[in-house]
Amino acid sequence: MKFDTILIGGGLAGLTCGIQLVGQGKKCLIVSSGQSALHFSSGSFDLLNQVNGEAISNPIEAIDRLSILNPSHPYAKIGKANVVSYARQAKALLERTGVETVGEENKNHFRITPLGILKPTWLSVPDYAVSPDDKALPWKKVSIFNIAGFLDFHPTFICEQFEKMGTQSDILTIDTPELDILRRNPSELRATNISQLFENETAFRNLAGIMRKGRNHSEAIIIPACLGLNGNSISKLSAMIDCPVYMIPTFPPSLAGIRSQRRMMKYFQKSGGYYMLGDVVNNIQIAPDGSFQVTTGNHGDVRFCSSNLVLATGSFFSRGIVALRNKIVEPVMGLDTYSSDDRNEWYAENFFDDQKYQYYGVKTNDTFQVMKEGKVIENFYAAGAILSGFNPLKEGCGSGVSLLTALHIAGQILKK
Amino acid sequence: MEAASISHNNFEQCIKCTICTVYCPVLKVNPAFPGPKHGGPDHERLRLKNPEFYDEALKYCLNCKRCEVACPSNVKIGDIIQSARIKHQKKPGKIRDFLLAHTDFMGTMATSFAPLINPVLGLGISKAALDGVLSIDRHRAFPKYTGQKFETWMKKQAETQSRYPEQVSYFHGCYVNYNNPQLGKDLVKIFNALGIGVQMLKNEKCCGVPLISNGYIGKAQKNGKSNLKAIRESVMDKNIPIVASSSSCTFTLRDEYPHLLDIDNTEVREHIEYATRYIYRLFSNPDRIKKLKFTDRKLNVVYHVPCHMKKMGWEIYTIELLKLIPNIKLTTFDSNCCGIAGTYGFKKENYKASQEIGKPLFDMIERSGADYVVSDCETCKWQIDMSTSQTCHHPLSFLAQILTN
Ligand SMILES: Cc1cc2nc3c(=O)[nH]c(=O)nc-3n(C[C@H](O)[C@H](O)[C@H](O)COP(=O)(O)OP(=O)(O)OC[C@H]3O[C@@H](n4cnc5c(N)ncnc54)[C@H](O)[C@@H]3O)c2cc1C
Ligand code: SF4
Ligand code: SF4
Repeated sequence: MKFDTILIGGGLAGLTCGIQLVGQGKKCLIVSSGQSALHFSSGSFDLLNQVNGEAISNPIEAIDRLSILNPSHPYAKIGKANVVSYARQAKALLERTGVETVGEENKNHFRITPLGILKPTWLSVPDYAVSPDDKALPWKKVSIFNIAGFLDFHPTFICEQFEKMGTQSDILTIDTPELDILRRNPSELRATNISQLFENETAFRNLAGIMRKGRNHSEAIIIPACLGLNGNSISKLSAMIDCPVYMIPTFPPSLAGIRSQRRMMKYFQKSGGYYMLGDVVNNIQIAPDGSFQVTTGNHGDVRFCSSNLVLATGSFFSRGIVALRNKIVEPVMGLDTYSSDDRNEWYAENFFDDQKYQYYGVKTNDTFQVMKEGKVIENFYAAGAILSGFNPLKEGCGSGVSLLTALHIAGQILKK
Repeated sequence: MEAASISHNNFEQCIKCTICTVYCPVLKVNPAFPGPKHGGPDHERLRLKNPEFYDEALKYCLNCKRCEVACPSNVKIGDIIQSARIKHQKKPGKIRDFLLAHTDFMGTMATSFAPLINPVLGLGISKAALDGVLSIDRHRAFPKYTGQKFETWMKKQAETQSRYPEQVSYFHGCYVNYNNPQLGKDLVKIFNALGIGVQMLKNEKCCGVPLISNGYIGKAQKNGKSNLKAIRESVMDKNIPIVASSSSCTFTLRDEYPHLLDIDNTEVREHIEYATRYIYRLFSNPDRIKKLKFTDRKLNVVYHVPCHMKKMGWEIYTIELLKLIPNIKLTTFDSNCCGIAGTYGFKKENYKASQEIGKPLFDMIERSGADYVVSDCETCKWQIDMSTSQTCHHPLSFLAQILTN
């Protein structure tokens, strides 16, 4: 089967690149061996939160300093002007697929973690609670409702943190008869299942009723992120009880992440893209004319051919790169990686220190083309978390790198 | 590249990420089911220590493998659960399960008395009896039995079919043989149009799907071994590949034989194909594909991807084949299970869950305004026929209907 571009890995990076390409009429295939890191997302997309250990409030202003300190950082390769334009394009692309967000590239706002702590970020989905300020919340008094028996959300921690920032909160419980059925299996009472339950109109009305009654003059209602996976949304709920309702992320699985993954995938497929989930790319051959032949676990001797290849298989977590005893390898093609062969250098003793392994990934040139045995492979790119030279956790740039490198690569493919 | 994984089903690769639990259709509607993560890798650890930890509620698993498709760590969750059932489940006992499992026995009995059986199975009173005595849910529409088996018809075709220079062996399955010989005839029509003759396997037996899911493992293995012998004879001795028109038979012959029944099919596995994939291969020769001439009527078609097709990743072949139709508007629904899962949905205790699982799909079909609903799996068809206002067609039957040559 012939394609213009095959993308290996269907997470944020693979989908973004694929959506951009099919939008311009290119025939694209995404092969993804399983669901992606979006399933653990906070509901916010980070662009850049720290440079050299210092918090920054304007990511764009900090790109120059980051590029001097670390010229192999993906943002340094993209260049400041492009970072700005891709960041805006990324927000627009997300919106096109149905993933609406709030936030600007030149001013971080603050998301709230499941433990109630404020963390800087770039874009957040509008039904999640955020604050423009890093020390205070936009409300003086809120009501925090939890679902009775739901273990992935901890209002007492959140309440304590809120109090430190000068916001009072009541903790209340939501219990409707419809929840009984889910609670019979408490360990499987998860955000996504709860959301499905409240797709039912009666259950949703009951929920609104409980909130209206318990609200007690609060300026806002806070609930765990367990509504609005498909239908019945937070905005509808807010309108029904005439009070703003916001969600705070739960422990995984992440409702906003799964929703983003689904919407982006649907959009890609609707635009004519092919998406094969649950299949592993296990071999790539380069034909004499430079085109690629991709073999997968499900399709045996039926091969997929393309002129461009994008590797977006993620980091250690998604097995885009794998740690052997004394080596970090890229498992599909054995591409060159940026890493150390001395295991002792991989990590620092203190968990919270800057961990070297976080920077490991495949080596690329300045246009994100991959290398094997020191030689660049033409038309073969790497995007997203599989790249080397950045620390998504410490620097707070995970989604930004995935979105921006994907758009940069799509741009190059489209220029041809 | 990775260290050789320790177990057959790589349960130790599970990183407890919970992704599988988001995609399990049963977990959404039946809280008695422990779910893929618990019932699969988590409990496997315990079961290895002590079989007492086996939870009978694993019988609610549809074996749809949607959990496996979603798992980023390649854990064979569905296989773990099915293997545990095979190893620990209480022996089957109900006559109902025996009847549902033995599709070939039921088929042989019923086809002989088809004119008698069909009206009887449709009667309110017998449905009540099935419901009360056998716990087969009264809402179920029973698939009709045919008067003449497909095999009987095929035997009469042997002579004409042998004249084609290129041959395939057709694994027709119980459904085509006893319930819907027309699908088999449609396959023959399409393959013949492509210049390929169709023959039967020597002594085909039920692939084993209903036997496995109802706990008749010994019988399933016996059938499996017999089928493998016939397949080997066709593939290895005569160099004739196997095609099947049922996605679940295909999946069972290729993957469940080695994974669940311990039947090693390595030598022939690559030569067992679902029909649309076989036809897709002929695309490399455009002249041949041009022999299929379809109507140029405008057609609005919805394609429901069955779970086992999704697991194999082969829906792409059916889609590419359907795209050959000149004026087709094709919409693919690939993220919902229809809920029937073979004989599962026939059981009274599963009926409600089965319909709840399928509801999102039924709603999408109703909203689609499609001229045709197409799906590769016979039991998906039963479910869609019964639960929506539409009739579901096998892609080959659909193609045969709109073929103009
Ligand atoms: C637990 C966790 C939480 C995070 N939370 C946030 C957050 O809240 N905000 C933020 O900005 N960033 C976050 N990140 C950073 C995150 O890595 C990026 O935001 C981004 O989602 C990565 O996307 P990606 O597409 O590059 O890789 P991934 O999302 O990892 O996708 C890679 C895909 O490739 C597939 N794959 C791998 N190998 C193969 C193969 N051989 N064949 C076929 N497919 C293959 C995998 O199955 C996977 O689906 C988080 C990361 C992790 C691990
Ligand atoms: S998806 Fe896979 S790795 Fe994650 S919990 Fe389920 S079995 Fe384990
Ligand atoms: S095979 Fe299907 S029903 Fe069984 S655990 Fe997996 S997803 Fe659930």
